[in-house]
Amino acid sequence: MNINEIQEEIIEEFSIYDDWMDKYNYLIELGKNLKTIDTTHKTDEYIIKGCQSKVWIDAELVDGKIIYAADSDAIITKGIIALLLRVVSNNTPQEILDNDLFFIEQIGLKENLSPTRANGLLAMIKQIRLFALAYQAKLNA
Amino acid sequence: MRLVFATKINNVSIDINKVRADFPILSQKIYGKDLIYLDSGATAQKPQCVIDAETEMYTHWNSNIHRGVHFLSNQSTDRYEKSRTIIKDFLNAKSEKEVIFTSGTTASINLVAHSLGDFCIEKGDEIIVTEMEHHSNIVPWQLLCQRKGAVLKVIPVTDCGELNIDAFKSIISERTKIVSVAHVSNTLGTINPINEIAQIVHNYNAYFVVDGAQGVQHGKVDVQAMDCDFYAFSGHKLYAPTGIGVLYGKEEILEQMPPYMGGGDMIKEVSFNGTTFAELPLKFEAGTSNYVGAYALGEAINYVNSVGVDNIEEYEQDLLKYATNKLSTIDGLKIYGTAKNKVCTISFLLDGIHHYDTGMILDKLGIAVRTGHHCTQPLTERFNIDGIVRASFTFYNTKAEVDALYDGLLKVKQMFS
Repeated sequence: MNINEIQEEIIEEFSIYDDWMDKYNYLIELGKNLKTIDTTHKTDEYIIKGCQSKVWIDAELVDGKIIYAADSDAIITKGIIALLLRVVSNNTPQEILDNDLFFIEQIGLKENLSPTRANGLLAMIKQIRLFALAYQAKLNA
Repeated sequence: MRLVFATKINNVSIDINKVRADFPILSQKIYGKDLIYLDSGATAQKPQCVIDAETEMYTHWNSNIHRGVHFLSNQSTDRYEKSRTIIKDFLNAKSEKEVIFTSGTTASINLVAHSLGDFCIEKGDEIIVTEMEHHSNIVPWQLLCQRKGAVLKVIPVTDCGELNIDAFKSIISERTKIVSVAHVSNTLGTINPINEIAQIVHNYNAYFVVDGAQGVQHGKVDVQAMDCDFYAFSGHKLYAPTGIGVLYGKEEILEQMPPYMGGGDMIKEVSFNGTTFAELPLKFEAGTSNYVGAYALGEAINYVNSVGVDNIEEYEQDLLKYATNKLSTIDGLKIYGTAKNKVCTISFLLDGIHHYDTGMILDKLGIAVRTGHHCTQPLTERFNIDGIVRASFTFYNTKAEVDALYDGLLKVKQMFS
């Protein structure tokens, strides 16, 4: 599935939850199940410091595709990270740069992306694109 | 007009239904649920009379103060200056000259750090703050130290969240020129022993600044009894609009201090050969003041007085006791800040649950709390935590709201278990 198909799939999954509580329970579940990143990567080099929760992110290029790894100290943030990684990971840098991330707004979690929330997610999305830009430049070089 | 609280119900003399009706925002619903506002420590809600005062000023009396000879300007100036008198009485200052309008606590502290700093700080001098200070009572002093080559020293906080006064006595010295301390900790709720500190500070002939941002709304402030040299507070935490605040300063000290900002209203005569400055308090009020906010602040204080400062204190202490007991029964909940003297602020963490996660779920339940480091990073570091959940109550909150918070926290625990 390509990036947009995965986004549509997530929107479909969330459409069955009409109660916020179920939605957050699902996010918490995703957050708990997200593979934590290696502690050697939980350093300031990889950190995106929000005022509220911390996010760590790293990416590597494997066979022309970017594999992202990310983590957070807050479970809800981790749940959203799990969704983000599902969408962007394992795609080429060009694919990541070419597509907008629209699912977060569509599943009603936009409030988590407000800059004032300072949970590191907005900065993480920027960082995802920066990694893609950097690897794209490397591939073109 | 003073309202009379003749009947005491359950030994508490606040008519809570009437009080809540005075604050229109409190009857609002969010996410379809009753709003439970437990974030008054960040900013307090406004009673209708304050909202009306702002509207009234703009509708009928708006005109720049201290400027015109015309009717409106006099009306406006009159209200601005009457408000100063209300504040003087509220703080028990000796004169209106000791009440300077600023934009808030941060501006007040920066004014002192600049002006008093220029006046009395030299290389190698020492300034003392505490480990529990808000960043706005740390950074202005750090900047002053950088400008002057002075040294910043810190009074440590004990495990229960009180100042270590013995440590303070060993830190203060002949080199100490300024000591700046929070009246009340915004994160822990601790009420600091201001009188005791004042005595120690003055034994060393240093100046004593009190950050009253979290103190002025919870009980009687008497600057003469406290014997502080400066007391700073914000209007918006005292049920007044944002963008207005006060710096109280002892007249004899303010007289000696150089102006901080230059501009209109703070001058006597200006020429390119030199400028002479206005008398107190205008010397420190350069430019057009927030006279609308100042008027509304006066109205907010009138409102607080009508409820009664003693009644507020009594009601909030009762609520604090109830909330502390209730929340303490939650397994895995740890309260940070257990000082003997506290205002009605409870900061806590649920074992193994991030403060952000707790705050997000409470929000969805209609409960507004503050999460994060509360602009007191040195303090959260001292307690070895990244952040904390803070429920800050005031006299419009109820025991039923404490119960709702309790239920909400059980829900949070259930969701993250």
